[in-house]
Formats: sequence, structure tokens, C-alpha cells
Amino acid sequence: MKAQEFIQKVKNQEIDIIEHTHKVLDEAKKINKGYNYFNIISEDLALEQAKNISKNPKGKLAGLPISIKDCICVKNVESTAGSKILKDYKPVFNATVVQNLINEGAIIIGKTSQDEFGFGSFSVNVGLDKKIPKNPFDITRVTGGSSGGSAGYTSITKYPHISIAESTGGSIVNPASFCGVTGLCPTYGLVSRYGLIDYSNSLDKIGPISKYIHDIELVLPIMAQHDPKDSTSLKEKLNQDSKTKKIAVIKETLNVEEKIKDLVLDKLDDYDTISLPLVEKYSLACYYLIAMSESSTNLAKYCGIRYGLQKELKGSFDEYFTSVRSSGFSKEAKRRIILGTFARMAGFRDAYYLKAMKIRTLIINEYKKAFKKYDLLVSPTMPIIAPKFTEIKKLTPLQNYMIDILTVGPNLTGLPHITNNIGLVNKMPAGIMYIADHLNENKLIEINKK
Amino acid sequence: MNIDKDLIKKVAKNAHLNLTESEIKEFLTQLKEILNNFSIINDINTNDIKPSFQPIEIKNIYREDKVEKSLTQEEALANTKHKKDGFFKGPKAI
Repeated sequence: MKAQEFIQKVKNQEIDIIEHTHKVLDEAKKINKGYNYFNIISEDLALEQAKNISKNPKGKLAGLPISIKDCICVKNVESTAGSKILKDYKPVFNATVVQNLINEGAIIIGKTSQDEFGFGSFSVNVGLDKKIPKNPFDITRVTGGSSGGSAGYTSITKYPHISIAESTGGSIVNPASFCGVTGLCPTYGLVSRYGLIDYSNSLDKIGPISKYIHDIELVLPIMAQHDPKDSTSLKEKLNQDSKTKKIAVIKETLNVEEKIKDLVLDKLDDYDTISLPLVEKYSLACYYLIAMSESSTNLAKYCGIRYGLQKELKGSFDEYFTSVRSSGFSKEAKRRIILGTFARMAGFRDAYYLKAMKIRTLIINEYKKAFKKYDLLVSPTMPIIAPKFTEIKKLTPLQNYMIDILTVGPNLTGLPHITNNIGLVNKMPAGIMYIADHLNENKLIEINKK
Repeated sequence: MNIDKDLIKKVAKNAHLNLTESEIKEFLTQLKEILNNFSIINDINTNDIKPSFQPIEIKNIYREDKVEKSLTQEEALANTKHKKDGFFKGPKAI
């Protein structure tokens, strides 16, 4: 059942929302035993919200169960961004996006599993005390990442549901594609990042995952409200023109599994082909240099004093901070801190961080030129179907990073993009990705209604 | 540039991380591979190009200079074990 239909039934009191929420929570707990989609299920909060809705069934999301990626703060619910370094951290406030959803009657059912701080493409880089989510189509395969729990649960639950995920380099569309659902990563700044446990400030975007495009259309305006608490929150409104006249397939992105390529091209009626050579050649390196530099700065705040993992206060400042940080971060987080700290060090900053920022300008210009001629650009979402856990074990970190090759371009440039399922390849879902110019989310929604 | 074990140790010290010898060895190999691949960014001339610190140009955002509601002392201290007399307690400074 689509969210809108469910919400109407709640408002008409055709559904007992307390009973329904109990059923949803029971199912979530049962699913979680086998699939690890939640770091925490917020049963008390959900039931309290259900009671309120039963008395007063109002709001555009009245009674709708919503899960929240663990990196987005929910008041009084442990929010760890999938990391041991934030163990037991219970925010004393809601992220703006969460508050916006609650204001419209949403029921928050839990925090979904993810790669620690978003550091991964498969959701296998979970924090030291967390479990790895499994693909709903085949438990020997990954969900994709980093919003693996959000995509996996959305795919498998039998109840109406929307998950709120987050993308830095592809973390919404990647798992949505691998799990056969729809995911929208909005324009940078469209959804407030206040209350997001940040990975990379100039790249992070919060967006929805659902089974249905109509659910995305319903929830996006609620999420996308200007927020004075986030200095990068946009005041501009979405372009209301949702019509698409011309589409171009990005030539360099067709070097993927043959069956995935065929499904993508079969989906399109009429299209041109376009070449984006700068995106292909430079976006991956640029993306990772910026992401790691910004993340190493963001992770500097975790020191075991004010919140999160804490130990007995022993030794000097340096010794205490080093001891907490060394036992709280997993290996991938440490690797990215080292790389990012290196890229920002005196003598290297201009060669790496600043250079990457300048190339980002050239890549934005290349996309903008394409959007003068085309409404939407198209590519496969991922170059492969969800791999098996055994297949990715031997990949080097660089080989892991390369898997993001199709998604880093729009993420680096803050362009809105959406994935939708286009069928199965070897019994696993494959996705098509549409990219639009900034603030043209309505075109992405409209094209996917067809 | 020469990336060696000493450089990794220096970076780790700056980042307040203790790495084991095997982690240093592993990271050294991986960092070399990653940076070697990312050196592709040197192929392009960016002399006259402005950096994009954000993907969308954002002008300075100011707020009114007036007192707003903030966390209470109790809320600010709610997540720490290390507190005394309404303050955070830290490790030895000197």
C-alpha cells in the first residue's frame, strides 16, 4: 500500500494506529534478527507517537512508520552514525528533518544500520560494535551502502514505509539500487543538515528511500524546508516545471555489466548520447580527496569528554584523546582520518584539497553545459549487481572506492539524482539513475511515474 | 613526495590515533596506491579556476544579533559521565 492511501485510512480511522504500530515494530524486530537493518528500534517513541496520532490523526504523514539513518539525530534515541565512538549518545534535540516529519504525524520506528559515518559502499564497514546488514534478495550479498539498513528494510517490510537516508558520494542511490527500491538524493542544501552527524559538509545530503515514487513525492516537500539553523540551507524553491523534453545517456557510464546496460537502454524511448570526459576522469579522485579531508576534520571532535564513548580519565589530554579515539574508530575510519589529515597538512593542502575544489568547478561547468541542452542525464546506478560478501573481501580500499564511479559525479556537484528499479539481473535488482540540474527534483519524480 | 612510515606516524600523532606496526605497514601500502591513482588530478591545469568550496554558490549568511534559546546546562551535560559542579571534567592539562 502506498503511503498516501495508508495515511488517508488512518485519518478516516479505518486503521487502529496503535495496533498497526505494534505490528510494524514486531515485524521490524523479527526482520532485524536475520538481516540487521536497525542499530536500534525506537519502540517507546513509536508507541508514544502512535497514541498521540490515535487521539488526533492529523498531518500529511499521520501514522506513517518512518525509519531514520543512524547518522541523523533523533531526540532521546541512541544515534551513533554506526560508530562505537558515539556509543550511548542520545541527542537532546531532533534533527530539523526529523522534527519536520514528526510535526506532520510521522512515527519514528528506529535508526538504520550503515557504514560507520558513511565510510563505505557496501555497508560492511560498520562500527566495531555493530552488525552488517544483508541483502533482502540474497543474504549472501551486500545491501550496498552506506544507507544499507534504510534500503534493505524498505525493500523487505510489508507495511507502508519511508526511510530517511543520507548520501555523501552515492549512499542513497547505491543501496536503493542494490535492494530494488527508489531513492532520491536531493540538491545540496535543499534538506537541512542540522542534526546530521556529518561526514563531509560540502557533500552531505539527506534524502528519502521508498518502494514508490509517489511516497517520495509526498515526503520531499516536508523534508525540504529552509532552515536558519543550517547556513547552507537553500532559500530557493524547487523548479515547478516537471516536464522532460530531452534526455541524454552519459556515454562513459555504459561500460558496465552488459545486462544492466541493456535494461537501462530498454527503459528509454528516445535519447541522445553525451560525453562528460571531466566527470569520468576526475570526479572519483576529487570526490575522495574532498570527502576524506572534510571527514578527518569532522572526526576531530570525538574525544571522549562531552558525549559518546568515554573512559576513565587517565593521563594527559593527548593520551586520553588518543586512547578513546584509537579504541572507538574502526579501521576504515582510521584510514580515512590518516588520508584526510595528510591531504590537509601544510605543504600538501594546495596540491590535494584546493586542487580538488578547483576541479570541482570544472566538473560543475561540464554538467551545467549539458543541462543547457538536456533536461535529464541518464546512467546505470551501479556498474554491477550487489556483490557477495565473499567477492568483496579481497578488494583493496582503492578498488572499493572505484565502485562509486557512477554516483560520485552528481554527488560532488550537488546535483539531484534518483534511482529506480528496472528489473532483475541474475535474480538481483538493477537500477537506472536520472540526474537533473539543481532544484529540478520535480523532473526526476515525474519521469519515474511513467 | 616520499611517503614513508615516519610520515604515517606523524600524521597519526596529529590525528590523535595510535596505530599498530601492522596498521602502519598496511596503511602505507594503501595510501601509496590511493595517492598514486589520485595524482591524475595533476593532469589538468587549474591556474585560473576558482575553487568550489560548496557545490552551489552560497553567500554569507548572517542572523540577527539577538539572544536565542540554547541548550540548558543540564541538557549540555546529559551525555557525559565526566562532569562536576555543572561543568565538563577533562583530563590533566598540565
